[in-house]
Amino acid sequence: MILHELLSYDVLRVIWWGLLGVLLIGFAVTDGFDMGVGALLPFVGRSDLERRVTINTIGPVWEGNQVWFVLGGGAIFAAWPPLYAVSFSGFYLAMFVILASFIVRPVAFTYRSKRDDPRWRSSWDWALCASGAIPALLFGVAVGSVIQGVPFHLTDDLHTIYEGAWYMKFIGLLDPFSILAGVVSLAMLVMHGAAWLTLKAEGVVQTRARAIGSVAALVAVAAYALAGVWMAVGIEGFRIVGDYVTDGPSNPLHFQVERTASWLGAYAERPWIVIAPVMGLVGGLLTFAGLRAGREVSTLLFSKMAILGVISSVGLTMFPFIMPSSSDPRSSLTVWNSSSSHLTLFIMLVSTVIFMPLILIYTAWVYKVLWGKVTEADVTDNSQSLY
Amino acid sequence: MEFGIVELSRLQFAMTAMYHFLFVPLTLGLSVIVAIMETVYVMTNRPIWRQMTKFWGTLFGINFVLGVATGITMEFQFGMNWSYYSHYVGDIFGAPLAIEGLMAFFLEATFVGLFFFGWDRMSKVAHLTVAWLVAIGSNFSALWILIANGWMQNPVGAEFNPQTMRMEMTDFFAVLFNEVAQAKFVHTVSAGYVTASVFVIGVSAWYLLKDRHVQLARRSITVAAAFGLASAFSVVLLGDESGYSATHSQKMKLAAIEAMWDTHAAPAPFNLVGFPDQEARKTHYALEIPWAMGLIGTRSLDTEIPGINDLVAQAETRIRSGIIAYDALMHIREAREAADPAITATFEAHSADLGFAFLLKKYVDDPRRATEAQIVAASNDTVPTVWPLFWAFRIMVVLGFAFIGTMAYFFWRSSFRGMAYPRPALWLAVGMIPAPWIAAEMGWFVAEFGRQPWTVDGVLPTAMSVSALSITEVALTLAGFVAFYTVLFIIEMGLMLKYIRKGPFQDVAETDAWVLRHNDRLAGRRDADAAPVPAE
Repeated sequence: MILHELLSYDVLRVIWWGLLGVLLIGFAVTDGFDMGVGALLPFVGRSDLERRVTINTIGPVWEGNQVWFVLGGGAIFAAWPPLYAVSFSGFYLAMFVILASFIVRPVAFTYRSKRDDPRWRSSWDWALCASGAIPALLFGVAVGSVIQGVPFHLTDDLHTIYEGAWYMKFIGLLDPFSILAGVVSLAMLVMHGAAWLTLKAEGVVQTRARAIGSVAALVAVAAYALAGVWMAVGIEGFRIVGDYVTDGPSNPLHFQVERTASWLGAYAERPWIVIAPVMGLVGGLLTFAGLRAGREVSTLLFSKMAILGVISSVGLTMFPFIMPSSSDPRSSLTVWNSSSSHLTLFIMLVSTVIFMPLILIYTAWVYKVLWGKVTEADVTDNSQSLY
Repeated sequence: MEFGIVELSRLQFAMTAMYHFLFVPLTLGLSVIVAIMETVYVMTNRPIWRQMTKFWGTLFGINFVLGVATGITMEFQFGMNWSYYSHYVGDIFGAPLAIEGLMAFFLEATFVGLFFFGWDRMSKVAHLTVAWLVAIGSNFSALWILIANGWMQNPVGAEFNPQTMRMEMTDFFAVLFNEVAQAKFVHTVSAGYVTASVFVIGVSAWYLLKDRHVQLARRSITVAAAFGLASAFSVVLLGDESGYSATHSQKMKLAAIEAMWDTHAAPAPFNLVGFPDQEARKTHYALEIPWAMGLIGTRSLDTEIPGINDLVAQAETRIRSGIIAYDALMHIREAREAADPAITATFEAHSADLGFAFLLKKYVDDPRRATEAQIVAASNDTVPTVWPLFWAFRIMVVLGFAFIGTMAYFFWRSSFRGMAYPRPALWLAVGMIPAPWIAAEMGWFVAEFGRQPWTVDGVLPTAMSVSALSITEVALTLAGFVAFYTVLFIIEMGLMLKYIRKGPFQDVAETDAWVLRHNDRLAGRRDADAAPVPAE
């Protein structure tokens, strides 16, 4: 196994940092509209038939989309084991709530229309709404906490210890900035779900989705802009100090880290990254315009662009930090100290280069086969086999 | 047993993993059986086979969704409850999990939607391809998960890195072609095929007893019996292969399963039944089959299999060697890159036993300060509790042979007796339905409980693998999962029974309409499809 020396360790780390972003964005643009549609369900569909139309717009694809979430977990485990260990044990109860949502959701899709009882169906509809909205909110809250730094430290043999009482790991997440980040995330995914429904539904479901979605788009843009201003004036950043190597062993304790006045210093060092927040803001505004005008394909593309901009702006601003520690900055996880070994990163890259294009090709084929609107007639004609 | 964070985390893992595995075997097997049925449909064009595909496909779907839902917990709970484990072996263990997502889970999950909703959007051959892709995806999924699990049983292709305080991969192909993983994979998927075959035969037998859907039931039994017979042989043979590989990789597990306290002159006998007594280290009222254990475990007449007492003595030696490794490690860590070559050499000579020094962490923070009594206690800890392993294994094996018998009988009746089945045999088939699930759960229990006190055999003790959580947190999520899973299980069983009772009959009107629309769409390609579906 000499082959992996072809790519140096630090280059592989940067590639995997990029792939981490690709996975998160892939998850948000695919499973994101499922969450958004779930959150919108009781509001865009009033009758059972309208709700079934809404659900069946994502019926055949949510399962594949959800794999982005599972693959995200697996890839973080394989490429960033310390991040996997620290973040999931740290956001423990929040993770439990997210997992519970992702468990309820598939069951709700599949089981909802298998009984005729209106109470049975209505219960599952609200389960779908909650299991879409709650994770959408919590993902944003978690990102907001990471931006501010998370209170943990690593012991000499790299056990993770969290500061404070156990309930603070959940309640402590809910500070004003993190809640604002949660609002960005929720509003953005509701907007994305509405853009999807504009493309896949018609009539009253589409009209309601466009109305709610355009409000969500404005909320997302405003909250995102406000978070940016807040970061400029009120949130401290982190930076690595002293001598360090970017291709050394993955041990955070080999590094020295200190706080800075703001994360936004990154924009002075790497001015080109401003493209990300601009895409986020412009994408959100164009989605708003598209929803108002009733454009279909382009609105969904603009919404994807907004998601791409918003998520990548967080990563690019924080680089090389992935999960900073507020209580012991030295324990912070960065691109240079929390990856897996050189060999493992290389093997995972080879697997990704082989399989990711295949995944994209067959996923595109499936969407092509399923192209077109879901109508009320489709649902009544296939009442037994559809959701 | 005192209930601390370790016990609660173990209980949670056991509960969520065993619950997950209620759904996995049926998914593995039914995906293949459904694809076989659809293949027959495409080849013969007879609508009854499409009806079968759709009927068993519906049951597959109800089951599949819970397999997916509970699998999500599995993917994340290593990080939540086992964060030191995740840090310590993530470099090796994470890779197969991620590749599973890339190669297998994406495939099955992307196409399963098309399987259910794509019937009138594509040609028959394209839809058949989709069905097979779902089946292949499910089975590849099992392959990668078992490579990950196989590594926990037999950790090859990795070594400890003192700079990062974790295990790191040195040879990916050793991890991939780990003999334990390969034997486990075939054993596990075969178990899934047997599960689905028993399920299909059982449900069909119930229809025959009620004189409903006779055409569908008879054909289903024919498919499932042939498929199930081959799988039942495979599951037993590969189980034997697992035992053979355990002879060199997991001697303690093997000795515990056999309740073999003392090393016996080769070839060792097999304890058919008996009552293992952990305190006295004896098996009471043992009924032995001479030579059998030696033949199964070593495939020879002259290789000894070590007993538990000898293995405990070996563990003590390795603990003492591990303490030397631990001491050297502490020096290397303080010096970082500038470590003394002599100390590095000492560490390398003993690093294979480092995990054994960690067994002392339960008793003392610094293993170098362990007393003689603590070293003895830690050596004794390497023996898992014997009696549950002993019995769980025997239940699994008896059921394994029972499946061969059942499948052979139904295969014979379906092939040579004109698909006529006596009523008692049909009742037996209905009664057999829970049996493969019991066997599968017993199998996992033996594999995982038998590995204790390790999460990764000889490398990382379970007690050290947990996250630094409070008991309240783990208790809360455990209670949450139990409540949640119980509700889901009740709903799932209710729906399964509803759809089994309802049967495929209701679907006929829809399939009639479907046939017409399908032919409209594929205008010009009129074939046997156009014939209306015969009502049963």
